Amino acid sequence: MRVHVKLFAILRERAGGVAEIELELPEGSTVADAASELAVRFPQFTAFLPRVAYAVNQTYAKSNTPLNDGDELALIPPVSGG
Amino acid sequence: MNDADWIELLESPLDIAKAVEHVTAPEVGGIDVFLGTTRAETHDDGRQLVALDYEAYTRMAISQMHDLAARARERWPIVRLALLHRSGRVDIGQPSVVIAVATPHRGEAFEACRWLIDTLKAEVPIWKKEVWADGSGSWVHPEPAAH
Repeated sequence: MRVHVKLFAILRERAGGVAEIELELPEGSTVADAASELAVRFPQFTAFLPRVAYAVNQTYAKSNTPLNDGDELALIPPVSGG
Repeated sequence: MNDADWIELLESPLDIAKAVEHVTAPEVGGIDVFLGTTRAETHDDGRQLVALDYEAYTRMAISQMHDLAARARERWPIVRLALLHRSGRVDIGQPSVVIAVATPHRGEAFEACRWLIDTLKAEVPIWKKEVWADGSGSWVHPEPAAH
């Protein structure tokens, strides 16, 4: 299945300015599986991942949340609005 | 979606007077307005802050702000509210966020407004980058508060 990954702030910068990535994952993959795959592709994320939250289709999600084809997965580093 | 709530992410300066006008109504006895503004800072190495630059996960930030308003309305008898946040560059002294809450009595307005800004800062997917006078920038990604 294909998941649309969105990167923001420090992660986008560390990915060299890449804001969106298409990720191919096996059926039944979870948010954690996607995160592992991204850590392999972007080793520069590894130090940050423990502090990153995840959102699937614009709703916060736990790492064991299952993913479906076409889902939007956002990596949300610690927020600093306001 | 109700028209008593004005919730928006804007790339242009926030209109505080318009926000107050939006929440004013005959049933309202107290209006609390919070402005978050860019504060001047000096880095340890002497660099001066000139602005904050805000980035948002737009779709989710807006839906989260609507969710915040709904949760606030469950807890307090809010008549009208405005929740306005900037994206883009916000210079020293300028507001990055305006929250205006109108309730029948003043206690509820103070409490709801405080809760809204505290919760927005903890939950809404918006990030600020410090812009220094030499053109360099640094993202603000706070450590989680100790519990």
